[in-house]
This record gives sequence, structure tokens and C-alpha cells, in this order.
Amino acid sequence: MTEQKIQLGEQSILCKADESLLDALLREQVDISHSCHQGACQSCLLRSLDGAPPIEAQHGLKEGLKQQNYFLACLCYPQHAMRIAYRHHSDFMTHGTVSAKQALNAETLLLTLDLDEALDYYAGQFVNLRRDDGLSRSYSIANNRIHSKQLSFHIRRLAGGRFSAWAHEDLNLGDRIAVSEPQGLCYYLPDKPDSPLLLIGTGSGLAPLAGIISEALHQGHRGDIYLYHGSSDLNGLYWVEEMQALAEAHANFHYHPCISSGEPPEHVFAGRANDVAFSQLSDLKGWRVYLCGHPDMVNNTKRQAFLKGASLADIYADAFHVASGSLD
Amino acid sequence: MSEATGTTLFEQLGGEAAVNAAVDIFYRHVLNDYRINRFFDKSDMDQQAAKQKAFLTMAFGGPNNYSGTDMRTAHAKFVKMGLNDSHFDAVMEHLEGTLQELNVPEALIKQVSAIAESTRSDVLGL
Ligand SMILES: Cc1cc2nc3c(=O)[nH]c(=O)nc-3n(C[C@H](O)[C@H](O)[C@H](O)COP(=O)(O)OP(=O)(O)OC[C@H]3O[C@@H](n4cnc5c(N)ncnc54)[C@H](O)[C@@H]3O)c2cc1C
Ligand code: HEM
Ligand code: FES
Repeated sequence: MTEQKIQLGEQSILCKADESLLDALLREQVDISHSCHQGACQSCLLRSLDGAPPIEAQHGLKEGLKQQNYFLACLCYPQHAMRIAYRHHSDFMTHGTVSAKQALNAETLLLTLDLDEALDYYAGQFVNLRRDDGLSRSYSIANNRIHSKQLSFHIRRLAGGRFSAWAHEDLNLGDRIAVSEPQGLCYYLPDKPDSPLLLIGTGSGLAPLAGIISEALHQGHRGDIYLYHGSSDLNGLYWVEEMQALAEAHANFHYHPCISSGEPPEHVFAGRANDVAFSQLSDLKGWRVYLCGHPDMVNNTKRQAFLKGASLADIYADAFHVASGSLD
Repeated sequence: MSEATGTTLFEQLGGEAAVNAAVDIFYRHVLNDYRINRFFDKSDMDQQAAKQKAFLTMAFGGPNNYSGTDMRTAHAKFVKMGLNDSHFDAVMEHLEGTLQELNVPEALIKQVSAIAESTRSDVLGL
């Protein structure tokens, strides 16, 4: 492989061999939104103007976008010269106004936005939130579909994290923020109301899972629903009473808060959420599995769930990749 | 391809639907086999599953764009890690086992095995 010439409007850039197009653009100080560098958040979406982009660079995109030669810059290693364009800015579909901020625990904020327009989303999908200076990050929708004009998020503060610390400290009631089109394939589908569901999340990974559970119960899901929410210690758990109350109200919903270090109190399990889950469940044939949170947990658990019999097509996952550092 | 005779091996096996049915079973066998699972790292299962699909499509005589050279390059780093005939035999075992599990007639299994077997020297970089 050699260098490839990339034409973006008036500007031309050389993308080095073994360098992603996103890295090349950032090296040349091109202002392109990005966040995860892993093909998960879809914020680095670009369009190829002269034919199909490398197929790997379209991983996870919707069919319609693929057909229009959209691709993700962070997954794109150009094999020949390309002419590319920014996507339409209309991708940020609407704006929201901060209508509530509440601490779920010491590190997690429940943020509620009232949207200008109703969004069509599935419980469990995520949106990109963008502040005025262009910094954008992905956050999962924590509510079900009944509130299509109101979205809530669980935002975990990372030490030195630019967006999360800002959301915790400087974002005020009444402030406005841009909201992208809902994305992601990790959501509740009502087509198999009798199949058991297994949901495993770490930290703020509870957000999309809570949305999925609420949607499933609302739709009258009949199969058993098992939630394992994990954190390193008790301080990282939240919504414990709410989830316990939900479990009392619905016989088919089973809630297991887990901590991986320290002595757990009653009703809390010792160990990592995925390990606790697999010590209790032996055969996942016919199950739907939802995994959200720390990328390592998501990858390892996907493999465990598959080896326990879940079909790959029935495993839905959102790894909360961060630009650098780790979620722990 | 034997289009003249009407149905190709790929069509007789059931085409893409058959590949989709086989990929879960095959991949689960491979990941459970301590002899070979070290070649399949833990990072991106979806991408790996897509590659297993490519493998099966090829072995089923379906449409694919892989040349012998591609097979060499794709497996070169595994040859460096020690990939040899014993691993190849293990994969052949799982391929046949998967098809038996899916009740594919023995005559078709033989044809699939023959296609896979024909890539041995390229896969092993011989
Ligand atoms: C699909 C998806 C869904 C997500 N859903 C959620 C959700 O529901 N809730 C949630 O809380 N998060 C979620 N995330 C993660 C979220 O998008 C952000 O990545 C996260 O909030 C961190 O953003 P930040 O700007 O605060 O941190 P960043 O500024 O991007 O920093 C990330 C990490 O790198 C470290 N770091 C920053 N700068 C440096 C430096 N110079 N040197 C070394 N280390 C540094 C920080 O300390 C931090 O730990 C999701 C991610 C994805 C991809
Ligand atoms: C039986 C003959 C075989 C055929 C026809 C075959 C075919 C393929 C194909 C088509 C790919 C995808 C290449 C790509 O697009 O990058 C692939 C990848 C791979 N093959 Fe094989 N293969 C064979 C045997 C083996 C054996 C014996 C092993 C090791 C035990 C092996 C291990 C792998 C691995 C690890 C990958 C990469 C998967 C990943 O990490 O994403 N293959 N193979
Ligand atoms: S998808 Fe490319 S930066 Fe997230």
C-alpha cells in the first residue's frame, strides 16, 4: 500500500499507508467530528463522491447510507485516490433544551432534554449530542418510546473527560444542545415476545438497558427478562430501588446488581456482572442478549454468550468506546 | 460453475441461507476447540463471523473473489504463529461436522470438503 490522495472540496490531503482517513484528516487539521475511533459512534460519517468506498468502512451503516456511498472515516484505509464530501449537516436533526439534571450517584448524571421535534427512535438506541463548539459524543437513550419528545441520558463523569465533565458541571437548565438522528442496532424488537432476554451492563451501560426493559414490559413481553448491572463497587450502582420495584411489579423481570470488589450487602451479587450471569444461566439457545458498557466487558461477554448457545444474530451490543483512556 | 446442468453445488446446499445457518454452528465449534481457537482473537467477533461466512461461501462453491494468493496472504500471519496440517485437519473436521449437524447429504459434504481441501497448500503457505 502507498499514500493515497484525498480530495475534500478545495483541499487535498495525502493519506499515508496504514493510516486511517480520520487520522489523516485530523493530522491536516481538518475540522471533522469524531469520538470513538472505532466505528461505533458514526460521528465521522463522510461520503465518497466517486464510487463505492472500502467495504470495511461501511461497517454498521444503514443500507440507505451504504447505497449512497457514505462511510466512516475512522474505519477507512483508502486503497486508491478518493474524492470525499462532508455529510449534510442536517444530520443533527433537532435541538433539545435541558429540562432536568439529577445525580443518580456520585459519578452519574441523569440528564433530560425536551426536544423541539419528536424523534422516531427505538429504546436502546443512542444519539450524538453536540455542543456549540462542535464537540460531540454518543449517549444512549435511557427512556422508552412513549416519550418521543423527551430524552433522558445517564452520563458518567470521566476524570478529565471533556464532554462528560462539562455536562456535569457547566450545562444548565434551559441550555440548548444539538441532537443527532438516533442510531445503533442495540434495541428492543417486539417480534419474539416469548423469548427470554438477557441484559448485561456496566456503569452507565444501564441507560440503554433500562430503556429496552421499560419498552419490553410496556409492549407486554412475556419471556423472562434478566438484568445484570455491574460496577466495581456499590458507589457505581444506581437505580437499585427502582429496578427492585420493577422486579416486584413484574414477575418475569429479574434484577441482579453485581459488584466486582468488596463484600456485597443482601440482594447484591459478588463478581463481575457477566460472570454472575453465566454462573446462573446455562443455556442461551433462543435467547436475545443485550450488552452495553465497557468495551472489554462487551467483547468478552459476546463471546461467552455465543459459546453458551446464543445465536450471533441475537446478540446486540453497544460498546461505550471512549476516545482514550478507559471507562473504569 | 456448472450452470449448464441447472443447479450449482451452492444452490443445492441452499445458497446464502445455508451459509447463514452454518456460520453460527461452525464458528462455535471452532471457538470451542482448544487446538485452534488461539488463532481467533477476542477482539471483533462480528468481523470474524463475517470472515467465517466468506470461508463457508467459498467452501460451498458460492460466489467469492478470493484467489490462491489471497488465501496465502490472509493466513500468512497464522502460519508464522505455527499454523500447520493438524490445524487444517481440525478445521476440516468442523466443516464436515457442521454439515452433518445440518443434515446435508453425504455426497454434497464430500464436494464441500474437496473444495476446502484444494486450498490446503495456499492456506498453509506451502
Ligand atoms: C455507542 C455509544 C454509546 C455511549 N453511551 C454512553 C452513555 O449512555 N453514557 C455514558 O456515560 N457514556 C456513553 N458513551 C461514551 C461517551 O460517548 C463518551 O465517550 C464519554 O462520555 C467520554 O467523553 P468525554 O468527552 O467526557 O471524554 P474524553 O474527553 O473523550 O476523554 C475520554 C477519556 O480519555 C481520558 N483523556 C482525555 N484526554 C486525555 C489525554 N490528553 N491524555 C490521556 N487521557 C486523556 C479522559 O480522562 C477520559 O477518561 C457511549 C459511547 C458510544 C460509542
Ligand atoms: C480449510 C481451508 C480454509 C479456507 C478456505 C479459509 C478461508 C478463509 C477466508 C476466506 C478468510 C477471510 C480472509 C479475509 O477476508 O481477510 C479466512 C480468515 C481466517 N482464517 Fe481461514 N481458511 C481455511 C483454513 C483455516 C485454518 C486451518 C485456520 C486456523 C486454524 C484458519 C484461520 C483463519 C483466521 C484466524 C482468519 C481471520 C479471522 C479474523 O481474525 O478476522 N483458516 N480464512
Ligand atoms: S465512528 Fe468514526 S469516530 Fe466514531
